[in-house]
Amino acid sequence: MIGRRDAIRLIGGGGLSLGLGACGFTPARPEPSGGRLRVAVAVSSTADTMDPARQTVVSDFCRCAMVYDGLTRLDARSRPQFALAEAIESQDSRDWSIRLRRGVRFHDGSPLTAADVVYSLNRHLDPAVGSKARIFAQQFASVRADGPDHVRLVLESANSDLPTILGISQFQIVRDGTRDFRHPVGTGPMRMVEFAPGVRSLAVRWPDYWRRKVRLGEIELFSISDDSARINALLSGDVDLIHAINPRIAHHLEHAGFDLLVTRSGGYTNLIARLDRGPTSHPDFVAGLKLLLDRETMRNAIFRGYATIGNDQPIAPTNPYFDPSVPQRAFDPDRARHHFARAGMIGARLPIVTSTAADKSDDMAVLIQNAGRRAGVRFDIRRVPSDGYWTNSWMKVPLGFGNVNARPTADIIFTQFFASDAPWNESGWKNARFDSLLRAARGETDEARRKSLYGEMQHLVHDQAGIGIPLFLSSLDAHNPRVKGLRPMPQGGLMGFDFAADAWMEGA
Amino acid sequence: MIHSPLMVLIGRRVAAALATLIFVSLAVFAIAQLMEGDVAEAILGQSATPEALAGLRQAMHLDQPAWRRYLEWAGGVLTGDLGHSLITGLPMREMIGARLVNSLTLAGLTALVSVPLALALGIMAAVRRGTAFDRAISIATIGIVSVPEFLIATLAVMLFAVTLRWLPALTSTRDVHSIWDLVRVFALPVFSLACFVMAQMVRMTRAAVIDALDTSYCEAARLKGCSPARVVLRHALPNAIGPIANAIALSLSTLLGGVIVVEIIFNYPGIARLMVDAVATRDLPLVQAVAIIFCTAYLILVTTADVVTILANPRLRHR
Repeated sequence: MIGRRDAIRLIGGGGLSLGLGACGFTPARPEPSGGRLRVAVAVSSTADTMDPARQTVVSDFCRCAMVYDGLTRLDARSRPQFALAEAIESQDSRDWSIRLRRGVRFHDGSPLTAADVVYSLNRHLDPAVGSKARIFAQQFASVRADGPDHVRLVLESANSDLPTILGISQFQIVRDGTRDFRHPVGTGPMRMVEFAPGVRSLAVRWPDYWRRKVRLGEIELFSISDDSARINALLSGDVDLIHAINPRIAHHLEHAGFDLLVTRSGGYTNLIARLDRGPTSHPDFVAGLKLLLDRETMRNAIFRGYATIGNDQPIAPTNPYFDPSVPQRAFDPDRARHHFARAGMIGARLPIVTSTAADKSDDMAVLIQNAGRRAGVRFDIRRVPSDGYWTNSWMKVPLGFGNVNARPTADIIFTQFFASDAPWNESGWKNARFDSLLRAARGETDEARRKSLYGEMQHLVHDQAGIGIPLFLSSLDAHNPRVKGLRPMPQGGLMGFDFAADAWMEGA
Repeated sequence: MIHSPLMVLIGRRVAAALATLIFVSLAVFAIAQLMEGDVAEAILGQSATPEALAGLRQAMHLDQPAWRRYLEWAGGVLTGDLGHSLITGLPMREMIGARLVNSLTLAGLTALVSVPLALALGIMAAVRRGTAFDRAISIATIGIVSVPEFLIATLAVMLFAVTLRWLPALTSTRDVHSIWDLVRVFALPVFSLACFVMAQMVRMTRAAVIDALDTSYCEAARLKGCSPARVVLRHALPNAIGPIANAIALSLSTLLGGVIVVEIIFNYPGIARLMVDAVATRDLPLVQAVAIIFCTAYLILVTTADVVTILANPRLRHR
């Protein structure tokens, strides 16, 4: 018979057995030689992947760069350097021959062969893979092995940028026939020993790395999505390197004795006015809108100086094809008013859609709203959740924001975002002259000629597209001063997400 | 004599719980259909072209009608197969297992600290009703209930981890190699959660014990010369157990699903974050499985509280 005393005892005992039953104690792991680098990024979830084709967020890029290599890798000036390929040659920029580096081994000991490369490149065309690089792979007419260490790649049409495109992280090389990426096998500087999506990953040094001697012993990577918790973890010494610092906190961290890694990237948050429908389609309205961007205030107030002034075209000043002859557009609400009057928009009310999905678009919209009052147009800011933003709002609302990460070549950014038939032609801008310039520049092998073609395209986008690019954003990381060897790379923060082979720990 | 009514009660409770679970799974599935976007869009994100979407949907069998996907899922559950995650392809056991253990550990440790403490404080406040101690307890509980838990957690981290460096800022069960490590690693999250769940329990305990102390039988016990401790523990408390057990059950039921903030701040991989991930990626089988777990835990706690109430109250027991 159960009495009430037993019942009371039961309540107390339940909690105890519940708690202790779960813990079995294991001995502490010793610090590996070369040290342990603990990295906290902002975003990670059960959608974390080790499938190179599907990598989407910073934690994916970092983990894949540890484990895999591409045929090429991009250097500090975004030029392709040979990695798993030893030579990539073509007479006509269409029919390419790739010679593979000899003696490279995967982490399971098997040698790198042409079959691995053919499989790795061709799988992007299968829709079931869900590749993020499908748009680039679609220009591959055929990829075939040509002997054990040669691959022949024929394109649909000439493209002199192929070596750069093969350096895109999604084109990293996996073993022939790999379908299950839970226990990833690559040729990279680190071997993955534990990968728990949304929890953490642990990678240890691969001693036979072909490119250089790896100094770090192991890397533990996880996410802390709360900004202040991530910074507290760095301050308390529980992590060594954190990604995505709020610019407002940057100088406090420097004061506290931590190092900043500031990366000037070609990424941007842009204002989008749809040109194919509604009031935003009037050219004078778009011209006025671009004059409302107070770039300097945005840079200083929103980004605390960690940004570069943009000029409504997507090629950053750090890019070799940047054309300085495009006149810098200034903040001028009075001239904007003149344009709005010609568009018949004075006194109009327009919703402007923002979201945290497009970094800092909320703050930018507030500045545009204020400037709009002086120019005679009222903007109503409509904040929408980041969840589902890219599917439901982006490119669908007449006036909204986009967010574009740095792209390695001018061709890629123009092809993806500005060509008339681009899937992400954000403003719905169609220009036949631009399209023919784009095709000509792609196959052009004369550098000077190519630069002038890209220059004219920058003029066209600056003058006509429904896109306002106020700033190019800098990425901010912070780390313990013990972490050495990190340097900014234009591909993105955390050394272009590829720090495993170069970083080392002082005193380890 | 206790067996049969108790068995009938438990039998009825279990039947009702099963019906509730079926209803919850249907409701969750139906609500999930109302969410914009599906798992294919979540995977492709910004690069979701109509053609890529169609291909991926077909490969994942998302092009079948919703009722058929629900029936297939329900059929799997009946045979003990909770299905596979759409995002990772892993079976549910692997997706949920370790995280459920984590969540239960955190909830168990929090209960272990907060329940005895809350009972003691509540009873003492009731016994010393109207004194400075009682007022201090009341003000403290109201104060803590009004402060959001992320603030308590963040302030605790800044004080104990960043400034004093006594405790780690993150809660990693991999750093636990002894009882002492266990205390250190879990101190901050358990403290934050205990603040949050204790306030409610203290207030309910105090109110229930005061009610019991005001009854005539307690008065009689006092007049017979029982010591104050005996009046409280033998005469008042058993009659106050029912409402206290319910307050405890309700407070503890938030410890599985309602601790997302603490899981994020301490980077603790529990089941609440799993649910958020599952919803964000539209991973429906995972959403279903986790919802069922939340629901089951809630039902177990509430049913236990009811059974305890009946066991503790002779009048209910013999009816």
